Amino acid sequence: MTSTVKSPARKPWDAKDSGYRYQQLLVHVGTPLLAALIVFVSGIRGGSGLFFTWLGLHLITGALLAKFGRKKSTIANSSMEILLVASLILFVSAALSVLLPVFIKGISAFSSNLLFQDAATVEPGAELINGGILHAILGTVIIVILASVISIPIGILAALYVTEVRGRLTPYVRFFVQAMSGVPSIVAGLFVYAALIVTGVLSFSGVSGAIALSILMLPTVARTAEEVLLLVPDDLRSAALALGATQRKVVRMVVLPSAGAGLVTASILGVARVTGETAPLLLTAFGSTAVNTNPFSEPMSALPIYIFTQMLLGTDNDVARAWFACMVLLTMVGVLFGTARLLVNRRSLK
Amino acid sequence: MTSTLELEPKPQAITILRTKGDRIFRGILIVGGLVAFLVLAGIFGYLAQSAAPVLQAFGFHFFTDSSWYAGDGLLPSEGSIDPPTFGMLPMLWGSVLIAIISVGIALPLGVGIALSIVYLLPKRTIFGFTLFIDLVAAIPSIVFGLWGFFVLVPHGVLWASWLNEKLGFIPIFSVQFEAFEQSPFMAGLVLAIMITPIVAVVSRQIFALVPPDLINAAQALGGSRWTIIRDVVLPFSRGGIIGGAMLGLGRALGETVAVFFVLQLFFDEVNWYRILESSGGSVASLIIAKFGEAGPLEISALFAAGLALFVITLLANAAAAILVNSSKGKK
Repeated sequence: MTSTVKSPARKPWDAKDSGYRYQQLLVHVGTPLLAALIVFVSGIRGGSGLFFTWLGLHLITGALLAKFGRKKSTIANSSMEILLVASLILFVSAALSVLLPVFIKGISAFSSNLLFQDAATVEPGAELINGGILHAILGTVIIVILASVISIPIGILAALYVTEVRGRLTPYVRFFVQAMSGVPSIVAGLFVYAALIVTGVLSFSGVSGAIALSILMLPTVARTAEEVLLLVPDDLRSAALALGATQRKVVRMVVLPSAGAGLVTASILGVARVTGETAPLLLTAFGSTAVNTNPFSEPMSALPIYIFTQMLLGTDNDVARAWFACMVLLTMVGVLFGTARLLVNRRSLK
Repeated sequence: MTSTLELEPKPQAITILRTKGDRIFRGILIVGGLVAFLVLAGIFGYLAQSAAPVLQAFGFHFFTDSSWYAGDGLLPSEGSIDPPTFGMLPMLWGSVLIAIISVGIALPLGVGIALSIVYLLPKRTIFGFTLFIDLVAAIPSIVFGLWGFFVLVPHGVLWASWLNEKLGFIPIFSVQFEAFEQSPFMAGLVLAIMITPIVAVVSRQIFALVPPDLINAAQALGGSRWTIIRDVVLPFSRGGIIGGAMLGLGRALGETVAVFFVLQLFFDEVNWYRILESSGGSVASLIIAKFGEAGPLEISALFAAGLALFVITLLANAAAAILVNSSKGKK
């Protein structure tokens, strides 16, 4: 065993002397400060004003630095780098402006009864200490579990068809799964309404909602599961076949166990995809104000439906409840999503 | 007949004898694979069947007329006194208009984010940042609806009136009446944030496929970051980027509740280009808005609208799939 001593790579052309550092510091820290000062002194208002003042100013100072600074560059190059940073800032601040209000307003509306009571006796505009969102939480959980029961097995079967059978239909199956992932959620709701509710097979109920959601969930599960199953080395399959296993046994004893964690990830991603769906549930589960744990009869509520109806009511207290429900929903989706990502990470570390 | 030794090896067909259990198993998998097709066919079939009464009564005018009037819910042929008229052109064009606005914002933003991730950000921050993007992509649309109505609109009104005041001479920023609250511009902004992650994720996947040899060669020739991106990365990944934009377009066209709260539906006239004005259309919002109190004939009209939406998004997604896949296969 030989050990090599790694010498640090030297890049004499890339040397950064202190003058260079000062120039960088001056321009990239000074410009935002200057922009803030201009916004403060002049009448420009608000975050967007600050953003665009900074952007314009920094494009100018960046160009000056590129032209006259220690390390010459083209103006186009410096402008592009500044624009890329600007796109990051714009996106992150927009995303935070979505996330922060949900948690700020959600927490300020919190009182424990919101989690443990339903809204059966709550008048529109009632104080926050009355009623709660229990019925919506239970409804979401029941509907999503039912949707998972329907779509996870089918999604994995579709993925197995692509990776194991590899028949003539493979490209078409892939194409249709991809096409299905683009079906607008409202169309899925309309379909279930037309096919099952109008024809009298089902009523407005949790099951109808679950079927509508499973249409949206299936392609997510199938595509993620396919990616995971493709990671199972073909050598494993060949070895099992050479030992005399039938294809059924290969799949059951080799392919599925070795892809296990990935399939769980695929399922969780599917669940996270549909937990917040609103439009299809409005047309199928329809919503109710009381706890209903029987998905086969009577309309059922769900968090998205609850938020939607509270917004339509529109009084301050109703909207505060909607923000709280939003926070609960977002937390659920975030936890699911984080779990899925952690599983992926552990698997890739192995 | 000559009996010579066959020295040339001939390819032999391999025959696989499968057990009965295996054949059943493969049969189940094939059914599983076909479910996607069956569901799509089912959606088309049921929507078309339910939409038939209105499509037969109004024909192509359903897609080219501008009015939405339920009347007494009877067709003239059924002896209606107050005949309904359904034409969804304003909704159809409205959907397209807000999708174009949102893609117009999300495309440069998403590509910029993807470029930053691949070429600008320190390696250590990349994991966290991609996680953040994925999380934003997973925010439910109803949250965007609530945010759009209570957070974005109060700010957006200021931006819109500023644009109208300073740039009102440009036709798209002109208005007929000064109400900026629920305009296609607002809906476009909400959708832009929703689809930026999609564009960014797809573009990033494509950028990762640019052969490092090409980039190294460009660097050896003295290319700067900008020239490498302009002359190597972007031309190589053009198809994939457009595909990602189409994917976002499909999502934007089909989005319902996020748009519902920030767009004023206007049925009698098409708002072709005045994006700051509080009148627009969206097929998906139309369905949610009218579904509750619609009679049988109007329900049928809503199904026809859903059918149109389904076909359009299917086309956008098919185009996206073809572009992205061909761009991925280029390597």
